[in-house]
Amino acid sequence: MAERFESVDAVIDGLRKVDYLADANIAGVVYLADRLEKPVLVEGPAGVGKTQLAKSIADLTGARLIRLQCYEGLDESKALYEWNYKKQLLRIQSDREHEASWAEVESDIFSEPFLLTRPLLEAISATDPVVLLIDEVDRIEIETEALLLEVLSDFQVSIPELGTISGEQRPIVILTSNNTRELSEALKRRCLYLHVDYPDLEREEEIVRVRVPEIDAELAEQVARVVRSIRQLELKKAPSISETIDWARTLLYLGRAEISPEVIGETLHVLLKYQSDIARARKELVEGPPAGTPVGTGSPSARTTRL
Amino acid sequence: MTLNVNPAKLRDALAAGERESTKGSPPSSLLDVLQGFVHELRAAGLPVSMTENLDAMRAIEHVDIADRATFRAVLGATLVKHHHHWRAFETVFEVYFSLHSSGIEDEADVEAEGAASESVRAPQGGGAMGDVSPEELAEMLLAALLAGDTDELRRLASAAVDRFAGMEPGRPVGGTYYLYRTLRQLDLEGLAARMMGRAREQGEIPEGDPLAERLEREEHEARLRELRELVEAEIRRRLVADRGTEAMARTLRKPLPEDVDFMHASREEMLGLQRAIYPLTRALAARLAQRRRRRNRGHLDFRSTVRHSLSYGGVPAEPQFRHPRPSKPEIMVVADISGSVASFARFTLQFVYAMASQFSKVRSWVFIDGIDEVTRFFQEADDIAEAILRVNTEADVVWVDGHSDYGHALEVFRDRHLMEVTPKTSIMLLGDARNNYHASQNTVLKELRQRARRVYWLNPEPRGYWDTGDSIVSEYGIYCDGVYECRNLRQLERFVAGVVEG
Repeated sequence: MAERFESVDAVIDGLRKVDYLADANIAGVVYLADRLEKPVLVEGPAGVGKTQLAKSIADLTGARLIRLQCYEGLDESKALYEWNYKKQLLRIQSDREHEASWAEVESDIFSEPFLLTRPLLEAISATDPVVLLIDEVDRIEIETEALLLEVLSDFQVSIPELGTISGEQRPIVILTSNNTRELSEALKRRCLYLHVDYPDLEREEEIVRVRVPEIDAELAEQVARVVRSIRQLELKKAPSISETIDWARTLLYLGRAEISPEVIGETLHVLLKYQSDIARARKELVEGPPAGTPVGTGSPSARTTRL
Repeated sequence: MTLNVNPAKLRDALAAGERESTKGSPPSSLLDVLQGFVHELRAAGLPVSMTENLDAMRAIEHVDIADRATFRAVLGATLVKHHHHWRAFETVFEVYFSLHSSGIEDEADVEAEGAASESVRAPQGGGAMGDVSPEELAEMLLAALLAGDTDELRRLASAAVDRFAGMEPGRPVGGTYYLYRTLRQLDLEGLAARMMGRAREQGEIPEGDPLAERLEREEHEARLRELRELVEAEIRRRLVADRGTEAMARTLRKPLPEDVDFMHASREEMLGLQRAIYPLTRALAARLAQRRRRRNRGHLDFRSTVRHSLSYGGVPAEPQFRHPRPSKPEIMVVADISGSVASFARFTLQFVYAMASQFSKVRSWVFIDGIDEVTRFFQEADDIAEAILRVNTEADVVWVDGHSDYGHALEVFRDRHLMEVTPKTSIMLLGDARNNYHASQNTVLKELRQRARRVYWLNPEPRGYWDTGDSIVSEYGIYCDGVYECRNLRQLERFVAGVVEG
């Protein structure tokens, strides 16, 4: 049994050392993934540090990160393995003179030197410690998910011509999903599930301070509070943690020690990426609400009007 | 694999789980408790499979169950595979493991808390709250809120429940009743106002700085929310003590957001729905686009195949196919926005407009007894919420008395727009068809249907209520291509997906 972490607290401390602030939930699941040797499926809105989690675990354990970026149309030959057919062709041609028997050639060209390993097979056959990251798994079609199942549950790959290749060690496997579609039950059953959401005020402030060390405490707090305020608006895309960090950096570069409505107005485009969102936030935060109306509590039932 | 538990704690856990086997070895009794928990999750509607159950059993061997946060994280990771289910899981967890919280939390901590709250809670047995008057309690709350002291808040929440909720053992009322009573007495809005006042006095908010004021207010709101949750948890804890875990878990089951009924959603559920709509439409659009791309192989294109065969010496080696142009439907939404079905209309309009990229054209009308086109509001505003606000304030929908009159609205619609309905148009009619005993004029629908591609009726009422009282949905139904019950987001999503696919 691979025991990379001693306890949940060890995970929290370790991740903190590589500048990733995990809460009890994240750390608990990572610890469990190590003990149970199961993959972790991480879901949550874009930009809350799902991919970063895998990177940080790799950093922490000194492992190599192997990344499989999923996209629509991903298939076996891109995810698992592919026969290097050009090399096979060369081998056959170079054999003309020696006149080896067909059986000999066949067993030769379907052997490991002719195999091109793709991320999944690479992770399995690795002898050094690795962390396997299967990124944005919701982008592949539901039929293609089946490709992953054997790897995820038994950590092996069956190649018809070669037999089954299974790993010598069990790496930590992290799958991420932006939840654009429901993943299949079969996949979810094989994984531990972790939902990462936007952090609360204190954690976000801490993240800003860790990732942007030059920032002073007061500005970090203001940054976190303004971002929380923006997240409460009804937006197409709420600012993510990475955007918060970018914003904090921007403020530093611009030499702003304090946040005023003007500063927010100048730099909103760092936080928000839709024109309508920017306009809305500008209206609420920069120009201030029209006199006499309460802000931020635009709930449907509070309205006296019909819809 | 040793269990990192002490036997006393386990016994607590066992007793609270209301399991009969007290003689089993510690691990097996813990497993019993876990089984009860899984059973409860399933009863709450969460799909927990056998493998997941086994995973959870293996998982708890690796953690210290005295560490409540980790214990919960571990159970959650193994048993709950959808984040919509997380809230339900949390509630069940809290209820199921609340009685043994003293066994699972750090005991010293709990004792300290008990001692500290003694001063506040002491007179509980003696009837009235002796030394602490409501004003004093409010003052203490204010101080704790301003300091952001969670422990103090928890103690005060407990005291407030003592004092205001009027809980009596065995009384068959729900937790919401006690919650309402307590919160009414606490007067959260008054507290919020006083907090702002205090903050101003202490000079935390510079004069005339709306941004600072806004941030401060949001901080206060967050703390008040925390207080509210603490009160809720306290009430729940006492109810569990009174009625037993399983009875409580049953009454606490909350529907998942996509199952919340449009017509009976509470204010909080409404906000949850608001938040759920946009991601849902994005996911649906992505899925539909993917499906459309994949099925874009059409009939054999004979001419093109022959032309290509020339490069193979006349052999049709590469068959060519016609790519059918995906025909996006045109949508007309006609929505009743009278009081009873307003929220349904709101969500459906929002949903359809968020999906606008999937349609070649979307036009919309709203009516009560008069009808008005509102397409312009949605085109002019790039923000749906703003458009809805304008619909509310500017649309002209009252003709006589402001009671729904489907017949009249449909007649006017036909007179003005019949010629604009084409074989590409799908018409969606939204409403409960409660016509206040006016004439139905359902032949209008017959005319519309002759010209349109499809006519659908979406009814937010449960099927069982159709055609009761003044509802005449089946009179309209005979001239529709389909009448759908559409009570929640799940049904709405399924319907819209069907329309897009044609």
